[in-house]
Parts: sequence; C-alpha cells; structure tokens
Amino acid sequence: MSAEILELTAAQAAAAVRAGELDPAELYETYRTRAAGNQLNAFTWVAESAPEFDSSAPLAGVPLGVKDLFCTEGVPSQSGSKILEGYRPPYTATVVQKLYDAGATLLGKTNQDEFAMGSSNENSAFGPVLNPWNTARVPGGSSGGSAAAVAAGLVPWALGTDTGGSIRQPAAFSGIVGLKPTYGSCSRYGMIAFASSLDQAGPLTRDVTDSALLLRHMVGQDANDSTSLAHPDEIQLPSRRDLSGIRLGVPEELLGAEGGIDAGVRESFDRALETARSLGATVDTCSLPHAAYALSAYYIIAPAEASSNLARFDGVRYGLRVDGDGDLTSMYSRTREAGFGPEVKRRIMLGTYALSSGYYDAYYGTALRVRTLIANDFKTAFGDFDFIVTPTAPGVAFELGAKTADPLAMYLNDFCTVPMSLAGIPGISIPSGLSDGLPVGLQLAAPSFAENRLLEAAYALEQAIGFDGSPARNGGAA
Amino acid sequence: MLDRETVDHVAQLARLQLTDAESEKMAIELSQILDHIEAIRSLDLEGVEPTSHVVDVVNALRADVPQPSLPREVALAAAPDPADSGFGVPSPGASAE
Repeated sequence: MSAEILELTAAQAAAAVRAGELDPAELYETYRTRAAGNQLNAFTWVAESAPEFDSSAPLAGVPLGVKDLFCTEGVPSQSGSKILEGYRPPYTATVVQKLYDAGATLLGKTNQDEFAMGSSNENSAFGPVLNPWNTARVPGGSSGGSAAAVAAGLVPWALGTDTGGSIRQPAAFSGIVGLKPTYGSCSRYGMIAFASSLDQAGPLTRDVTDSALLLRHMVGQDANDSTSLAHPDEIQLPSRRDLSGIRLGVPEELLGAEGGIDAGVRESFDRALETARSLGATVDTCSLPHAAYALSAYYIIAPAEASSNLARFDGVRYGLRVDGDGDLTSMYSRTREAGFGPEVKRRIMLGTYALSSGYYDAYYGTALRVRTLIANDFKTAFGDFDFIVTPTAPGVAFELGAKTADPLAMYLNDFCTVPMSLAGIPGISIPSGLSDGLPVGLQLAAPSFAENRLLEAAYALEQAIGFDGSPARNGGAA
Repeated sequence: MLDRETVDHVAQLARLQLTDAESEKMAIELSQILDHIEAIRSLDLEGVEPTSHVVDVVNALRADVPQPSLPREVALAAAPDPADSGFGVPSPGASAE
C-alpha cells in the first residue's frame, strides 16, 4: 500500500481519506518514516508521532511540510538561523493555523536559506539541502527544503514563502509547482519577516490542482496583519483544458542578454509556448520597459526592509545571546556577529547603508520610484495580455558551491521572478520539461487577485505538457 | 567603492561586530553589488511617485478594548535572561565604548 500512497497527490489522498478508502494514520506514518529518514537534509524537524486526524475535514489529515520560518507553537521555528536555534514560539502563524483548521497535519519543518535570503538553500545554518534530481546540485531557495521534500515524495505538499522568487525558483529547480499569491492575500502573521512589503506565503506542490486546494485554505484577511486583504474569489480547483482566446505576453526585456537565459532553458520555454499555441493561445512579444531594473531595485528595497526587521534579533527576548564587555551595546553586537551567517550580514549591511543618512534618497528613494514604474509596466501590459510568461529561472539547478563565492551571480537567479514581487502580482512556476536531465520551470504571471484564472491556464498547460515529476523515474537520485 | 571606514561605520549602525577579515571582504562585495545597482540611478524619475507598498490599505486600527495577551511566563519562556519577571539585559550605562 505504501507505494500506492506515495503516488497520490495531496488532493487525491484527501479524497481517499474522506471516502474512507485510506487510513489517515497510515498515510501520515508512510510520509513520516520517509521524512525522518531522508538523506536530502530537507527537514529541520520531523514529528515524532502522529497527531489527531479529522477525516471529514476538507484536507482530511493529509500531512504538510512547513517552511522553518513559519511560527508553529511549541515546535522549533528557526528560520534557518543559528540566532534562533532551538526557538519554540508560543503561537502559530495564521496560514498554518488555517490549514490545521481545514484538517491538515504538521509533518515537519523544512530547511531554508537563513531568513529566506538565498537562491540555493546553501545559506542555512543547518546545512544545505540536496536536489533529489541530482544530489550534487542545489534545490534552489530559499524554500529549498519544501521543494526538495515535495519533489522527493517525503511529504505530499509544503508551505513556502516568496519574497523575490523563493517559492517559484526552487519549484523550477525541483520539478514541481510553486505559486506566489497576490501580495496581501495570505496573512503574514507568524512568518518570521524578511522584507515585509514583499513576503508572501504560498504552496509548493506536485501539481497545479494541489496548489489550488492548498491556497483555497490559506487566503483571507487577518486582524493580525493589517496589510492582508480579503480575496475577492473563492479559490477553485482548475479544470480547463484549452487556452483559446488567451493572450500570452513574452517580455523581451527579461529574455534578453542581461537575463542570461541558458540555451536548454530557452528551448524548453519555446516548446512550452508552442504547446500553448496548440491549445489555442496567442503568443506575442510584450514590453515591460523597466523590468530589467527590477533586480537592482529589489536588492535595495529587500535588504533595507530586512535591516529593519532583523533588528529584533538582539539577544534580549529570544534566541542566542553572547555576552559582551558588560554593557548592552557590545552584547547586541557580539550576539548578532555570532548568530547571523555571511549572506544575512551582507544584506543587513547593504540595507543599513542604503537607509543611512546621506544615501537614503539616492538608493532607497530611487528604488521605490523604480518600483512604481515596474508596477505600471505590468498594468499596461495586462491591457493587452492575459498573462506574462517567462522561464522561471535563467538556468537549471546548479552544483553546490558553484555560486557561493559570487553574491551577484547568485542574485541573478531572481532576474525573472523579482519584477512580479515588486508589483505584488501572483506568479506560478510549473515544470516545462527537462534540460540535461534537470527540470526547467515556466513562469506565468497574472494581475492581482487573478489566481483562479492563473491556475486554470497553468492547469491547461500542465495537462498538455504531461511532465513526469518523479526524479526516480527520470534517472534522479531519490 | 566603499572604504573600510564606511563599512565599519555601517556595521556599528547595524550592531554587527565584524571581524577585520569580514570587513575587508564586505567592502569588496558591497562595492560590487552597489556598482550593479547604480544602473537604476540613470533612469529619469522626475515626477514618479515612490511605492513603499503595493497594497492600497490605510492603517487598520482595532477598537481600544483590553484583550488577553500572552501570559508573562509564556512570553518569557524563550528569553536568554528572564529576570525579575522581565527581560534581563546588561546595564546600558556600563558602556565600554
């Protein structure tokens, strides 16, 4: 039965439990055993025993992986950082609680780049995560543990967060589906903050239907997050098989030289566009005149917000404390020096510099104006197109260590995902095929709160592409 | 190019006690990143309003009525130095600076 269980998507497993055909305890234990014994370092914590199941609830006890940075009451929530090692929060993040209320159960906390800063999961204080398609490669980041765990069948589905691509890029590298919802549609309460104007929770799943099902139970306004908004629609499970009448826009600025799209990724992307045409879509070049500047604006705005958000880690209320010279300031400085890893320090420094007296307007003020231009570019483009499509990442999963010495090269991974983050619009990455045996991601982006339309289009493409997401069946490691 | 003096000043603002080696490396890496970012300063931004937040919301204020919050012992459970029912810290006055 165990092999059959692993073949089920989360939606299928929930349906089987609800129909009385599958024992939720067996489902849970099958995954728990796999997660606890995993060789990918995908989890920072795995449950030791089964919780209680509500087989009649919508999600019927189906186990869930939750990115480490979501606060889960009584369970380690460390955001991949030594400064929060062993921290067990006294409350649970709103989206996690909503999923519990819908019947989901917590299987484990997934590894991530420290404070979600990274594109390879190599910045975790708890060690890198390995890609199940090739364990010499990274799974992407920052939600790398969630992506690897779903791709390797260690958990049916998982929660991640996306600030500049941290759901979409690891989904692409791991051959699964990753959805960044509209900013504000899911509460950020209880998510250990990186960049508050950009952070958004979202699903990492085996297929588009699972993403829709998980998202349905995540969205909603929350009194504890004043930037959350009520989603205008109930999220529907997609069923559309064609794209007739759909206009796809391919932004020339993101596919040009600066994006550095690999030939294999480009080929897979072009094949996906051909598939879209065969389903009835029209595909045309569109222009997002300022999109190529998005990365620069992002690497001012996100570090600026991070430098402020991470001021709370000071050795006073929780986490690590390292004694100083008997005074408060040296205790702060020593604690933060010992507790933060190199990438987090780099971004705190960058953000502090960009916000410091004399540079504020030149950097932060400029970046906020560029953000306006980028958001306007999308508004204009959506007048002519239903969706913007790009490769999710410029390349496939790279080797561990390949980019750790060059922060800029690492940042360029986000070239095609950051523009949507700055504009606050939803984006989904679905697998478009393989290049050199490694998955390639296709990104579709839609106007704010158009998740249902986005899921329908992604579903139609997914069905037509017919990607086999099993690393094991494709010569992978897991 | 950021010099060491600027890096050390920013580190002090950020309450990061960087080692010499870290500061040296930081000066080089931050300079490279800032060089790349400079590109946006070539854009004509005359008359463009800044966007600090994409969501059009106003400050959400709840009614000013007392509500239960975390019990003191729960709030203090993860504190490195829970002292006198509060968060214990070294004296701000005992500065070594």
